[in-house]
Amino acid sequence: MTTVTPDSFSSAPPEVVGLGPIAWAKKNLFSDWFNSLLTVVIVGIFSWGAIRLTSWALTTAQWQVIPNNFGLFMTGTFPSGLYPRIWALLAIICGLAGLSWGVLGRNVSTLFSRGVLIGLGLVCAFIVLFPPTRPSSLKLLPMVALVAIAAAAGRQAGRKFPGIGKWVSLAWFLSYFAALWLIGGGLGLTPVSTNDWGGLVLTLFTAVSGIALCFPLGLLLALGRRSALPVVRWLSTAYIELVRGVPLVALLFMGQVMIPLFLPIGSRPDRILRAIIALALFSAAYLAENVRAGLQAVPRGQNEAAMSLGLNTPTTLGLIVLPQALKIAIPAIVGQFISLFQDTTLLSIVGLAELLGIGRSILANPAYLGRYAEVYLFLAVIYWIFCYAMSLGSRKIEEKLNTNH
Amino acid sequence: MTQFQTEQSSAHQMGTEPVIVARDVEKWYDNGFHVLKGVSMTVYKGEVLVVMGPSGSGKSTFIRTFNALEPYQKGTIEVDGTTISHDLKDIEAIRREVGMVFQQFNLFPHLTVLQNVTLAPIWVRRWPKSKAQEVAMQLLERVGILEQAHKFPGQLSGGQQQRVAIARSLAMQPKVMLFDEPTSALDPEMVREVLDVMRGLADSGMTMVCVTHEVGFAREVADRVVLMDGGYLVEENTPQEFFSNPREERTQKFLSQIL
Repeated sequence: MTTVTPDSFSSAPPEVVGLGPIAWAKKNLFSDWFNSLLTVVIVGIFSWGAIRLTSWALTTAQWQVIPNNFGLFMTGTFPSGLYPRIWALLAIICGLAGLSWGVLGRNVSTLFSRGVLIGLGLVCAFIVLFPPTRPSSLKLLPMVALVAIAAAAGRQAGRKFPGIGKWVSLAWFLSYFAALWLIGGGLGLTPVSTNDWGGLVLTLFTAVSGIALCFPLGLLLALGRRSALPVVRWLSTAYIELVRGVPLVALLFMGQVMIPLFLPIGSRPDRILRAIIALALFSAAYLAENVRAGLQAVPRGQNEAAMSLGLNTPTTLGLIVLPQALKIAIPAIVGQFISLFQDTTLLSIVGLAELLGIGRSILANPAYLGRYAEVYLFLAVIYWIFCYAMSLGSRKIEEKLNTNH
Repeated sequence: MTQFQTEQSSAHQMGTEPVIVARDVEKWYDNGFHVLKGVSMTVYKGEVLVVMGPSGSGKSTFIRTFNALEPYQKGTIEVDGTTISHDLKDIEAIRREVGMVFQQFNLFPHLTVLQNVTLAPIWVRRWPKSKAQEVAMQLLERVGILEQAHKFPGQLSGGQQQRVAIARSLAMQPKVMLFDEPTSALDPEMVREVLDVMRGLADSGMTMVCVTHEVGFAREVADRVVLMDGGYLVEENTPQEFFSNPREERTQKFLSQIL
């Protein structure tokens, strides 16, 4: 038998001759009178909008509302004397993020490619130049440097110890408890009541906790709905269908009012905890359906092949079916995480001062009357940054798990 | 192609010790279709048994009852002395001793070729990783895939994938191998490389049950050929008699259609 490898064919693919900019524009934008008209109209509308927005942002807008309340936006009514704890938390997260980036990119030829350097430069320029971040820009710049340094270190470490990935995951897990400690205090730090948790810190904390809780729950519900045991199947299905039939706001109110009813008198779980539980219970029902779609997309032959090798059901599930199902479901799962992140804005309705809630209470201050556009634009950018980061992350994971090239 | 392929074909050291004994097996699908209507068959140690028949005859379903991938409602099947029952322990014990190769390969796409082959020895036989890998590399060399050990199945051709699937089953050191139309999903030019591996396996004394439409393979390698049709076992014969002088009219008709 002879094996033909791609190397046996030495001919390179034909070189694609690039079009010049004018030829490209002619081919893609002005191929006939209708396309030309469309191009002119669309470009006109967009540039008009962009010009209006820029001129408003640079002349009419009064951005002072943001730097004046920067602490509130980020941390709510968290005591300002304890801000170093929040900075320490940010440093931990930046360090871990950089480290993970370096470890994941250990096989890439250059970690700091031109695109990455330009990106980092833009972030620094934005921090220095953009007025809203001015009060903290001196401390934000070292954070960017920390990410870069940790990335370089992570790359070196990743090359030396290939098994370091597990430890980085463990560090992320532990960082959650470090965050809880740094925000809430106790164990030697001044305690901060959850009434004073707020702003972006509260948004991120509830989102991360909600995601961490809803994922295993959703997974179990998805498996339960496909279980061979009728009672498990019925209960899972009933849960999923019931929760999906109730709006999140209703569930949040029920969480505030009803969860205490089920618990012994005197043990009133914290407001934030109740909100996180309601968020997680809600998202788990949707997540379960995403995971179930992934499970159904795994061919039956995979199960049969695993069984015919003598693997038992849990091993088959854990090693063969779930890895493939979750990989298929990644886009839907991350979409659900993004929804959950945005759903945290509803917590302001039950009286928690998360980012949007803080924005609203600042707008209620007579000193900043009518600064809606500035505040909401600022908030939109913050939400967008985190959602886009998640979506980018999911794309990277998908690329990494693709085994069909 | 590989070092274990010899000139000799057919006439294996066929013993009289039965490995699989199926008695009056009957099966209905969930929709009530009567797919197996009392099939009895014995597979002896070291023999190569080829099962032929038109599509829908129940031949695939029948061999899939041997490792309990398909439940059956009446009759008994004994594999290596253990009767297939509803006891999960028994079923898992039987599956450890029965290898199976599927029409669609069913390799695990998220694992490398080597991981595909070592998975069951590590998790079912509890071998240490180093031993499992050593055995796996030997098997991959035997089926001619050694250079591809660290690739993913999606990067291999159909013929290569099917050879990996054979190596994966062999890694469990089964007492009998079941082949469920192993070449039906392959491009014509890849059929041979898979049949060559199966031929070599037969020559090494492996007990094999093959559902296949490959007449050449049946003629040269099989010790016995059976024909199934409509849920019945129609004819059981030596390959020479089966192809040149079949007893049953149904067999003659079937052969006239495929030859």
